[in-house]
Amino acid sequence: MSLRSPLGRVLGLGSAKDGTDHWWAQRVSSIALIPLTLWFLFSLFALPVFDYVALRAWLSFPFSGFLCVLLVAVLTHHSYLGTIVVVEDYVHSAGMKLLSLLLLRFLHVLAGGAGVFAILRVAFGS
Amino acid sequence: MPVRARPTAPHLQIYRWQIGNSLSILHRLTGLALSLGLLALCYWLVSLAGGEKSYAAAAKVFASPLGLLGLVGWTFAFLYHLLNGVRHLFWDAGFGFERTARHASGWFAVLGSIALTACVWILIWAEHRT
Repeated sequence: MSLRSPLGRVLGLGSAKDGTDHWWAQRVSSIALIPLTLWFLFSLFALPVFDYVALRAWLSFPFSGFLCVLLVAVLTHHSYLGTIVVVEDYVHSAGMKLLSLLLLRFLHVLAGGAGVFAILRVAFGS
Repeated sequence: MPVRARPTAPHLQIYRWQIGNSLSILHRLTGLALSLGLLALCYWLVSLAGGEKSYAAAAKVFASPLGLLGLVGWTFAFLYHLLNGVRHLFWDAGFGFERTARHASGWFAVLGSIALTACVWILIWAEHRT
């Protein structure tokens, strides 16, 4: 006889409460990053000149600005997912673990937010 | 009663070094390097938004010896993480577990990323000279 409640069995989340969310998010973001990163690098390579004016002009195109925002957002999410696993694997004291995880979260939101905002500034010309 | 340390899962140093675990560790290391690369990318974007002066300052940082080393390193880290990541996706879908396939795809990821990094930087160098 199982001691699991019927509700617990239906939800199927186990004691961690989030089931396979992290695993799936990491795979899905990795698939999205294949075209996004390759597009980004090939676009930079295709620029006839690589300087301030050319880069700003390129980033001002709605298409490139939009894809760059997606790139930074998905990249930030994927990086966050990857780095917290390293902390969970190797930082063993509860306090340090919590502190590192919080630090990583703040750092990623800060970097990603700054990156996206910078693209928008160029795109909207301010 | 004496307090004993809780049993822990096998750690890194207990495994015999072979291509499988080495590439797995390299995948994580390149991932960490790329997380630093994300910070550099965001710094570069912010400098671009900040105007000609701030962009010139950032370009100088990236053109310095340490900056170039970072860029070459990130190129390799990205290409390896990309190729080995695709390898992982194939495993997730249930393909490529046989010994020969595992080894062949592993060597492909390593040698492919080294070769592609060389190609990219030779192209950049050639472009820069003309």
